[in-house]
Amino acid sequence: MSSANHDSEVQDRLAVLPADTGRLREDLARRAEAEGLIDVAYRVVDSPIGDLLLAATPRGLVYTGFEVEDRDHILAMLADKLGPRVMLAGGTASGRAALSGTASSRTASDTAASGDSASGISAVLAAATEQIRQYLDGERRDFDLQLDPALATGFRGEVQRHLENVEYGRTATYKELAGQLGRPGAVRAVGTACATNPLPLVWPCHRVLRTDGGLGGYRGGLEAKRRLLAMEAAA
Amino acid sequence: MRDPFDGAVAQHGPAVLRVCRAVLGAGPDADDAWSETFMSALRAWPELPDETNIEAWLVRVAHRRAVDVVRKRVRTASPVSDTELLAVMESRGSSGPSGSGPGGFRSYDDDEPGDQSIWDAVATLPPKQRLCVAYRYLGGLAYAEVAELVGGSESAARRAAADGVAALRKIIVEPDEPDEPDKPDKHNDFGDRRDTGDTGEQCEQGDQP
Repeated sequence: MSSANHDSEVQDRLAVLPADTGRLREDLARRAEAEGLIDVAYRVVDSPIGDLLLAATPRGLVYTGFEVEDRDHILAMLADKLGPRVMLAGGTASGRAALSGTASSRTASDTAASGDSASGISAVLAAATEQIRQYLDGERRDFDLQLDPALATGFRGEVQRHLENVEYGRTATYKELAGQLGRPGAVRAVGTACATNPLPLVWPCHRVLRTDGGLGGYRGGLEAKRRLLAMEAAA
Repeated sequence: MRDPFDGAVAQHGPAVLRVCRAVLGAGPDADDAWSETFMSALRAWPELPDETNIEAWLVRVAHRRAVDVVRKRVRTASPVSDTELLAVMESRGSSGPSGSGPGGFRSYDDDEPGDQSIWDAVATLPPKQRLCVAYRYLGGLAYAEVAELVGGSESAARRAAADGVAALRKIIVEPDEPDEPDKPDKHNDFGDRRDTGDTGEQCEQGDQP
């Protein structure tokens, strides 16, 4: 009896031995990128409006998620629509990378992973991290990033890409956008398009309000929308 | 498989690393085997059937990648089948896997100094016991699956795993016990704990007077 209990104790102790895979996962992501085996690479960066999930394909930045959203749900959606080879890249095991520092002080993994191809998937993530940081610090008004519009399809995609025309510090209404796109009756569809915008911040759906001046909605939460509008208005 | 690959790395990566460390020693060889396991898994991922038991599949892949690492190290001229891994490991002239021991180990868990002694203990097991303990208790494979990897029968795999755990018990657990042989009341004590399940757990937490 004593031996049996001791044996299960041995088994329990073996099964919970620490096994930190953080560094191995970073190496794995680099090798996977080098061999072209990544459908979607993502990282999580902290920011003044909460953690942001940045996801890219080899074609460009494809999705930005907010802290209020369920991360597993986002990753499952990306895998389903873009391919299941989804990898954490350029962050720690928990998926976080600091949204701080300048382009010249990028993390070692950013530099090593971008390697020769400045258009590589981790170079896209590094550039997006840097430009979003600049934007949220009030140092940038427009984005210059490689984008993959794969998740912006149909009329919604048309609306989402059109959002770029709403300039920094300005706002538009859902109704105005519908009119600009030649679909004055499609106010509700425009609202849905903004709510499902795959690239918020870069495609500034936070600048779109209700005709009565109400905030409308925001995938990142109304508090984030309020903060972004206040930041732009003060600039 | 339509699920994000990253989820499998996060969920099963630590268990696969423990398996690799038990088989090859907690060092660079285990890291190599882990990386090759997940590179293989990444290549195969989109075609993997949805109903696959991911961890068991990863442990089988890890076994093959561990064989690759051992083959590379021994530079044997003749091809070695997977189930001959044991013979190859024996032929290395040491029961301890490479990368273990004072010289070869790279410490990842400096805050857990007790753990190295467990890996050292695992390294002292004969290869077959070590593999059976790794695949069964760290990798969660059924004994039939263990037997497929290490060769021999299911019952032989079961015996080797039991012998391995018994040997580890002598090294890991019993040094903490009193030197004199177990007294009868000691047996009863443990027997009671096992029988009463949760209550026994609470006793171990220090609820006893």
